[in-house]
Amino acid sequence: MPHCWTFKYFLFFAISLASGRMVNERDEDSGTEVGEGTDEWAQSKATVKPPDQLELTDAELKEEFTRILTANNPHAPQNIVRYSFKEGTYKLIGFVDQLAVHFTQVGNLIPKDSDEGRRQHYRDELAAGSQESAKLVISETEILEEEEEPKEAEAGSQTDVPIVEASQKVAEEELMTPKQPKERKLTNKFNFSERASQTFNNPLRDRECQMEPPPRTNFSATANQWEIYDAYMEELEKQEKTKEKEKTKTPVAKKMGKMAMRKMTSLESQSDDITKVTQAAKIVERMVNQNTYDDVAQDFKYYEDAADEYRDQEGTLLPLWKFQNDKAKRLAVTALFWNPKYNDLFAVGHGSYDFMKQSRGMLLLYSMKNPSFPEYVFSSESGIMCLDMHVDHPYLVVVGHYDGNVAIYNLKKPQSQPSFRSSAKSGKHTDPVWQVRWQKDDMDHNLNFFSVSSDGRIVSWTLVKSELVHTDVIKLKVEGRTTEDLEGLQIHTVGCGTAFDFHREIDYLFLVGTEEGKIYKCSKAYSSQFLDTYDAHNMAVDAVSWNPYHAKVFMSCSSDWTVKIWDHTIKTPMFIYDLNSAVGDVAWAPYSSTVFAAVTTNGRTHVFDLSINKYEAICNQPVVAKKKNKLTHVQFNPIHPIIIVGDDRGQVTCLKLSPNLRKMPKEKKGQEVQKGPAVEIAKLDKLLNLVREVKTKT
Amino acid sequence: MPNLITLKPRISANQGIPSIPIRTTLDNSTTVQYAGLLHQLTVKAKSTVRDIDPQNDLTFLRIRSKKHEIMVAPDKEYLLIVIQNPCE
Repeated sequence: MPHCWTFKYFLFFAISLASGRMVNERDEDSGTEVGEGTDEWAQSKATVKPPDQLELTDAELKEEFTRILTANNPHAPQNIVRYSFKEGTYKLIGFVDQLAVHFTQVGNLIPKDSDEGRRQHYRDELAAGSQESAKLVISETEILEEEEEPKEAEAGSQTDVPIVEASQKVAEEELMTPKQPKERKLTNKFNFSERASQTFNNPLRDRECQMEPPPRTNFSATANQWEIYDAYMEELEKQEKTKEKEKTKTPVAKKMGKMAMRKMTSLESQSDDITKVTQAAKIVERMVNQNTYDDVAQDFKYYEDAADEYRDQEGTLLPLWKFQNDKAKRLAVTALFWNPKYNDLFAVGHGSYDFMKQSRGMLLLYSMKNPSFPEYVFSSESGIMCLDMHVDHPYLVVVGHYDGNVAIYNLKKPQSQPSFRSSAKSGKHTDPVWQVRWQKDDMDHNLNFFSVSSDGRIVSWTLVKSELVHTDVIKLKVEGRTTEDLEGLQIHTVGCGTAFDFHREIDYLFLVGTEEGKIYKCSKAYSSQFLDTYDAHNMAVDAVSWNPYHAKVFMSCSSDWTVKIWDHTIKTPMFIYDLNSAVGDVAWAPYSSTVFAAVTTNGRTHVFDLSINKYEAICNQPVVAKKKNKLTHVQFNPIHPIIIVGDDRGQVTCLKLSPNLRKMPKEKKGQEVQKGPAVEIAKLDKLLNLVREVKTKT
Repeated sequence: MPNLITLKPRISANQGIPSIPIRTTLDNSTTVQYAGLLHQLTVKAKSTVRDIDPQNDLTFLRIRSKKHEIMVAPDKEYLLIVIQNPCE
């Protein structure tokens, strides 16, 4: 059948029936009979065939068509496709909304239980309540009105009474009605008149007044952890200052303090601004130097000569920095000393070894961090021959001069003059002071040092209340050479001391080397007798040095080209080394008991390690450029593997020791490496025993 | 290696006032530029160091670039800036 109608609602059906006459009697069910029935009234009984009706056979007419009423909306699309972002494709929507709205109207019915409904109900109640009262009033007034109207015609007095009554009743009503929240005022249509009055409004006027705004500044600050910390520190300092002031409270002192303060402030303001930058400038100077000598600094820290592995038992010295100063160019380096506390600071004493050319002297302190310029510069009239720095007070430097004076410089104070100085009155030496050495503080905690000089005296100086007091400890006598004068007096020839060294552990024991080539073992206690004498050298002894580890061993060097190693209990040396040139200085290494270095006047530095090679140097290297440059002193740095070598041109060269030169005892498998002085002592003992055996045999 | 040095004071009372160069070996405009920029960087670096540990303080600051190296040393009142050409 061509047209198949599927209807959703019966209503739909009914409406179409009621509205139109587009009914095909054949297509309808029995439900249409009623409708058809009504139509029958209008139409005639005979069915009229429309002209365009389909001609069908009986069989076809009787064909039953099942009509299915479903709830599906015929207009609803069945192939809605939606894009699913989850899957990224278009998906067919299975369930389609079948609802078809035919008619909507906005109603004004509100459910009872909703908010709005309840509100309305409440209002209605009020209205009802007041309506009731209003009804009463109305009824009253109506009654009154009815009463009044007929009475109006009568005399006024009579109306007064009911009016009064009415008004009373009204008043009563009014009294009653305040109980109800809202009073509905009903206006009397007949004689109600509303009256209003308006008063004069005061004219408004604007009054303004403007002042100068208070001065404002913008303030901004950050509150960091460190700013808070700074504030606390300031507070703390202030508190401490007030405490100190309280402690030293005397009116005189206060005045003095104020005066001093005033002077200070005026001085500060007068001084040049540039001087305040010294600290920053110092730092930057070091940085600039580090940049310039960057490769040297890197070498110092990290370079280890790899070639040492192939060089069997030999080592090299890598030149690092060269320190020199214009002012000290003509002066020879006469003394070198590393600062015991600050391992990069060392002192260089300048003077002259030449008897004929004696001029001024200089004391320069260099830091390895700044090779261009010394940190401290002190100049003196007489050449400096030796220096020493105090272990406990690393800012005190004692210096011995060519003219026999000794002086103490205090590095903390910025003066260029020594803090304390000896003089002819206070017992200075009459000959150049060749060696000075600090001692431990005496019982009164006074600073104390010893000096040795060519005049044969070994003098102990004590700093008592800012004055140098001297005590002769020993006078060096030359044994066995007392010549007899004509008168039979014995004249003692005085020996000339050129070097001395104190024992590290045994406090009173020390060695003195002389110009005659002898070494005396002395004690502080005995002032006239020597404990022992060694016929050391043929020429003047330039340096003596105790071994830092072994208590019995010491070393001496001389201009007779030799270096000798001794055991102080044996009169003959253990080891003798001939270096082909006058030996200027010799020094033990601080890290090993068997390593030592010697410098000679031919510009060479020799390093020996007795545990590796007993007979030869393991390093023999020319250190200075020009051959005529004589090396005068050498010192090992206590911590870093470097040595400084001074020459007679006023130049100090810093060299790094290659690994072969600083060999530690190799660990054997299974044994732990023992470190410490005991090992070093044992090492040296072994060597000495070997030598002693040889000697006893021969 | 030509070393170029500039000095400038820093008024610590009010941080709003920028630092003023008091001595320089460069031309004025470059000096002012260096002063302003490096002052800010120094303050930031100092703040960083002290935030981590308030007892610590900035000693100096080094900036190495392709052409030269800038070194800044802050002081209580002053700021010292050095520009160095590396010797390579």
